Amino acid sequence: MKKIISKIYLAVIFIFLYFPIGVMIFYSFNEPGRKGKVNFNFTGFTLENYKNLLSNSELIGVVINTLVIALFAALFASLLGTCAAIGISNLKNRSRKIVLNISNMPIINPEIVTGVSLMLLFVAVTHALGLRLNAVTVLLSHILFDTPYVILNVLPRIRRMDPSLYEAALDLGCKPGVAFRKVVFPEIFPGIFAGFLMAFTFSIDDFVISYFTGGNFQTLSVYINNSLKVGPKAWMLSLTGILFIIVLTMLIVVNLRERDKEK
Amino acid sequence: MKSKKPLFPYILWMALFVVIPLGMVVYYSFTDESGSFTLSNFRFISQNFSTILDSLETAVVSTAVCLVLAYPLSLIMMNLSVKRQRMMNILIMLPMWMNFILRICSWQIILENNGILNQIFGILGFGPYQMLNTTGAVVVGTVYNFLPFMVLPIYSVMSKISKPVLEASRDLGCNYFQMLRRVIFPLSIPGVISGITMVFVPAASTFIISRRLGNYNLIGDTIEQYYVGTAPDMHAGSILSLVLMIVILISMAIMNHFDDAEDVVIM
Repeated sequence: MKKIISKIYLAVIFIFLYFPIGVMIFYSFNEPGRKGKVNFNFTGFTLENYKNLLSNSELIGVVINTLVIALFAALFASLLGTCAAIGISNLKNRSRKIVLNISNMPIINPEIVTGVSLMLLFVAVTHALGLRLNAVTVLLSHILFDTPYVILNVLPRIRRMDPSLYEAALDLGCKPGVAFRKVVFPEIFPGIFAGFLMAFTFSIDDFVISYFTGGNFQTLSVYINNSLKVGPKAWMLSLTGILFIIVLTMLIVVNLRERDKEK
Repeated sequence: MKSKKPLFPYILWMALFVVIPLGMVVYYSFTDESGSFTLSNFRFISQNFSTILDSLETAVVSTAVCLVLAYPLSLIMMNLSVKRQRMMNILIMLPMWMNFILRICSWQIILENNGILNQIFGILGFGPYQMLNTTGAVVVGTVYNFLPFMVLPIYSVMSKISKPVLEASRDLGCNYFQMLRRVIFPLSIPGVISGITMVFVPAASTFIISRRLGNYNLIGDTIEQYYVGTAPDMHAGSILSLVLMIVILISMAIMNHFDDAEDVVIM
């Protein structure tokens, strides 16, 4: 009896989670309505929405923008965050707490507060320089909210490390730089990598902060939102279909690799 | 490795991009157009008071729905085999990796007057209902977007409860519900607390979900309008942001008070 209830419960939750995605993918094979809007009556199977998506050069430009911003933001954040984490690990309890609290501000604060506060700064600075909000202001904002995730992933790695290993390397004649590269870096690298991946995915998915700091520069979420003002468009359906396949493949690959590692 | 030097660039960075921007929000909150000090911006709080209450209400309801859905789900998950637990985890994460705006768009399509749900209702012989542009639609959209943030912390705490402890409680005569109340529930509280904060904060401050699914403004939308709308007013936007930030930081501090884990952080 308990088993049946559990099964029904799981089914209800997963229908709730996947019904919207299923509906989008179902309609993505439908003929588009007038002016590229979503056609709510299924009138015939077609791949037209997918063709339209791939020939939409504006959208492809926006996707490239998003990927480039996410990649560079995650790289800079990894560098900045790793250095910061090493420094933080050497702080005393009290000052460590203060630094961590300020550092986590951008991700603890509501996104909209982080977004508008950065907008105030960037508008003031770009205005003084006779410029407008642009890709650079978006990149800086993404580095800002990415870095805490890197720090949170690297700190525990440093804490778990045996400090005498580094000292031993120095005693055996390594210069500090070499000792860092050969001893410390390999130990903390998994943390840096996990932080990098987290930062990258958060950057790709970000809407609120890019919206406030981008001006006319659009990332994917901002672009979709701007188009959504006049109602759902048929290309959003096929975009969902393609994203679903990409995400599903990635998760399966990661999962298989983890399983192999355990064996 | 004992050096604090690597931290210096980050200190500078935080001063530039965390402290100064938040300082600017505070500055704009307490100044008028001419830049002189004023408390008159507080009028924007009373002007928008009903919106603030609406936002808190939506956030509380959405967080409660998430909790009610997520807790039994986590209970069911912790009894599954490791392999199936991992699969469930991935299935719960997957929608979260799809684009945020597309997830909202999908509910817009489902709840539309001649959308798929009303078509199904029509076949079954009732409806159509006005579902889009209601408070219910906003709650559904919010729950859909943030449910994984509730499930993951609760589940991860529950899955760490040691099996022998549970067996011991059964051996000592607890039935399932007594075990749930006396053993599992107290041990799962840290997960529940971080789940609540992870859902409540974005739910209370979201903008766009309410606009797209409810066609009305919550506090996030109002702030957005003040900053980038047709009649921008940085001072009004700033004081509302400040209030939002303070309300949320206070509620997080209260929540963290119940949870004495070291380094409590989001994620």
